[in-house]
Amino acid sequence: MKEEIVADMDPKEMKARMKMPRQPMGEQDAKERVKNFYEVPLGYTPEQAIAEAKRCIQCKKPLCVAGCPVGIDIPWFIRLIEEGKFVEAARKLKETNALPAVCGRVCPQEDQCELVCIVGKKNEPVAIGRLEKFAADYEREHGEVSVPDAAKSTGKKIAVVGGGPAGLTVAGDMVKKGHSVTVFEALHTPGGVLMYGIPEFRLPKKIVSAEVDCLAKMGVDFQCNSVVGKLDTIDELIADGYEAVFIGSGAGLPYFMNIPGENLIGVYSANEYLTRVNLMKAYQFPEYDTPVIRGRHVVVVGGGNTAMDAARTALRLCPKTVSLVYRRSREELPAREEEVHHAEEEGLDFQLLRNPVRFIGDEDGRLIAVECVKMELGEPDDSGRRRPVVIEGSEYQLECDVAIISIGNGANPLIPQTSPDINVNKWGNILGDPETGRTSKKGVFAGGDIVRGGATVILAMGDGRKAADSMDEYLKDGKW
Amino acid sequence: MYEITEKRDLAHRVSLFKIKAPRIAKKRKAGQFIVLRLDEHGERIPLTIVDSDNEAGTITIVVQEVGRTSSLLCQKGKGDTILDVVGPLGKPTHIENFGTAVCVGGGIGTAVVLPISVALKGAGNEVLSIVGARNKDLLILEDEITEASTKLHVTTDDGSYGHHGFVTSVLEDLIKDGRKIDIVIAIGPVPMMKAVAEVTRPYGIKTLVSLNPIMVDGTGMCGACRVTVGGKNQFVCVDGPEFDGHEVDFKELVLRNRSYLKEERIAIEEATYHEGTKCYERGDCS
Ligand SMILES: Cc1cc2nc3c(=O)[nH]c(=O)nc-3n(C[C@H](O)[C@H](O)[C@H](O)COP(=O)(O)OP(=O)(O)OC[C@H]3O[C@@H](n4cnc5c(N)ncnc54)[C@H](O)[C@@H]3O)c2cc1C
Ligand SMILES: Cc1cc2nc3c(=O)[nH]c(=O)nc-3n(C[C@H](O)[C@H](O)[C@H](O)COP(=O)(O)OP(=O)(O)OC[C@H]3O[C@@H](n4cnc5c(N)ncnc54)[C@H](O)[C@@H]3O)c2cc1C
Ligand code: SF4
Ligand code: SF4
Ligand code: FES
Repeated sequence: MKEEIVADMDPKEMKARMKMPRQPMGEQDAKERVKNFYEVPLGYTPEQAIAEAKRCIQCKKPLCVAGCPVGIDIPWFIRLIEEGKFVEAARKLKETNALPAVCGRVCPQEDQCELVCIVGKKNEPVAIGRLEKFAADYEREHGEVSVPDAAKSTGKKIAVVGGGPAGLTVAGDMVKKGHSVTVFEALHTPGGVLMYGIPEFRLPKKIVSAEVDCLAKMGVDFQCNSVVGKLDTIDELIADGYEAVFIGSGAGLPYFMNIPGENLIGVYSANEYLTRVNLMKAYQFPEYDTPVIRGRHVVVVGGGNTAMDAARTALRLCPKTVSLVYRRSREELPAREEEVHHAEEEGLDFQLLRNPVRFIGDEDGRLIAVECVKMELGEPDDSGRRRPVVIEGSEYQLECDVAIISIGNGANPLIPQTSPDINVNKWGNILGDPETGRTSKKGVFAGGDIVRGGATVILAMGDGRKAADSMDEYLKDGKW
Repeated sequence: MYEITEKRDLAHRVSLFKIKAPRIAKKRKAGQFIVLRLDEHGERIPLTIVDSDNEAGTITIVVQEVGRTSSLLCQKGKGDTILDVVGPLGKPTHIENFGTAVCVGGGIGTAVVLPISVALKGAGNEVLSIVGARNKDLLILEDEITEASTKLHVTTDDGSYGHHGFVTSVLEDLIKDGRKIDIVIAIGPVPMMKAVAEVTRPYGIKTLVSLNPIMVDGTGMCGACRVTVGGKNQFVCVDGPEFDGHEVDFKELVLRNRSYLKEERIAIEEATYHEGTKCYERGDCS
């Protein structure tokens, strides 16, 4: 029982705890790590984890829980770590979060759980994400991963379209509820962005595979190489006996800038660049067959997490320079501060308040330079951020042989095209009820990036959880 | 795993495979393709579905050895397996009774155009086929094309068989003879498709070409396959592979298909040299 664990804390002890410094996390040295694709943070040792767990004052009304989109019982799992019960801590996490090893690494904690942690008011907040990563890694590395029991079979079968975090969450929750689940994934492996987008040095692929294997052991049937809409449409799946369908097909359509020279050799979308390197392992070419152009001078356009991932990937492929061209100032960079900091350490050259206007190629159609203009910040726009304005006559050229365009993704139109009775907004995102994931089509649910546009792993998982609950209800009462 | 149930060599460095893929066999339509990956280390490459057999649950592909993956594939035989096959991808060819359709196939494009000819004939069109090869030995699928056509014209570059010359000269002759042609479908090497489009342009004959850019996912996620058509960016894997030949920027396509020339050379050398060589160990980092 919770009450037994969370005892009231002596005020003196509480004060002492609030003064303890945050445990630093060891990392690979920047000079070394740009030569490899191994994970950058080394993770806490058990001693460090316990010391960090001691910083939590075990709030009775923990603000951190409200800051977590899936409402993990944070003080409880931290308490278990403090007591050295690491495997129990991991299991506690898994009650609410199917992928703690992933979220502990990639969640923007500083904007979520850690932002509101009470210790953070005067000191640095408790390192909730690092503790989450620690517990999940400990369980996996010590071979203690348990396969959760599934409820008695309900005899009902459901389909999940897309094996990203949203789809995997629905799959896990629904098998636990006793339904038979098939995940249809377009690529040759499930995981979505976790597999093809986020680089190995931030999220080792074996961690994602381990989570997928665990789901398979629980009974989830994975059908890879299955593009829904091309192989079977949603209607055909329903006709085939799937009583409900969850669509978690993500926001996988790369935007380009529509400026001259964008189709020169060496200009990539971030999706293509990252897919080649992560999913297809082009960083190990020619051991792996898929090539990628290893630029001497690389320019990344954009300022989000994806841009930072692309830039840090490029830094690991033996370039002379990697520059990030972003049209606003450093303050507005949408990427996580931690990633920006890592990128700086690794030698990324930030060209802020700059914007590309055209790419220049040689006679073989290969990229040789990008022409940029300088920008200044004007009046705030609709989003409240100051609008970047071009400074006339400020053109200059930047030598480059690889450019990676990372200005966002839209919704893949394949499913809405083949299921016109699923309503979408003007950007092509599926309209799903925020509380239930229900779409305009009976029996069909949706969540994650296909509904939200590019968001986060944990929000996609939160959507999956809500959709699974609502789907379970629907399977029982048939009400829409 | 996808099993190869039949393999036949059609010409020098061109082989036909039947692959067990019942779900794809059931769904596929003329003009669509698959993406395959041979093994864990493999690259994803696109290949047209030439035919399918719903009963046997197989699809047919015809492969020309041009580089690493296609060569490795051609070393495989009956009973071997392919790790991943995904499809059917791309938009099916729009089939209707146009009247008279001319199907032009060059080299390996002959295999790609075959399912379209079959479908057009099935829809009641008069199908005039023109297939070209460098010489008689490289001519493929002659029987199949004959069956799918009202009339077949064969050309060889060296005159070893059929008409001596290029497919375009036969096409020009047909047009000049006053044959009413409602649509031309040309599939083959880019220079051939471009030449065909130039022949038909002055006459305003609708001309479709099937483009073969480099692809990765084949589902619209990466943009590797983008081409400029009518001044607009199109993703061949989802918007195509067929486009109006009069609008395509062929020059850009040719250049983009050369993106990895240097890397392809390394890949082929690696295949004959030693395993496990990592790029950064080859002094590429200087
Ligand atoms: C480079 C990059 C870095 C990021 N970094 C972070 C980060 O640090 N922290 C964070 O929280 N978020 C990050 N994000 C965002 C986060 O990854 C996404 O919000 C999240 O993955 C969305 O999950 P999803 O399940 O909705 O979709 P996805 O992860 O996109 O998965 C969708 C899956 O559906 C499959 N699919 C698509 N269409 C079909 C179809 N027709 N049939 C079958 N399958 C289909 C796709 O192949 C894919 O596997 C990052 C995103 C990118 C691109
Ligand atoms: C929609 C589509 C359908 C196709 N159908 C067929 C088919 O039915 N049969 C068939 O044999 N081939 C087909 N191709 C071409 C086939 O995909 C390429 O030949 C293959 O990817 C080459 O891979 P590789 O590793 O063997 O060669 P690589 O080592 O990658 O390349 C070797 C040489 O081939 C050229 N090349 C690379 N990629 C392509 C490409 N996509 N198209 C043309 N040349 C390329 C390069 O310029 C290079 O010089 C199709 C391509 C597309 C896009
Ligand atoms: S899932 Fe993310 S937001 Fe929730 S507790 Fe973990 S790190 Fe914080
Ligand atoms: S808010 Fe901070 S101190 Fe309070 S329970 Fe959460 S992690 Fe612990
Ligand atoms: S191959 Fe990736 S978008 Fe077409």
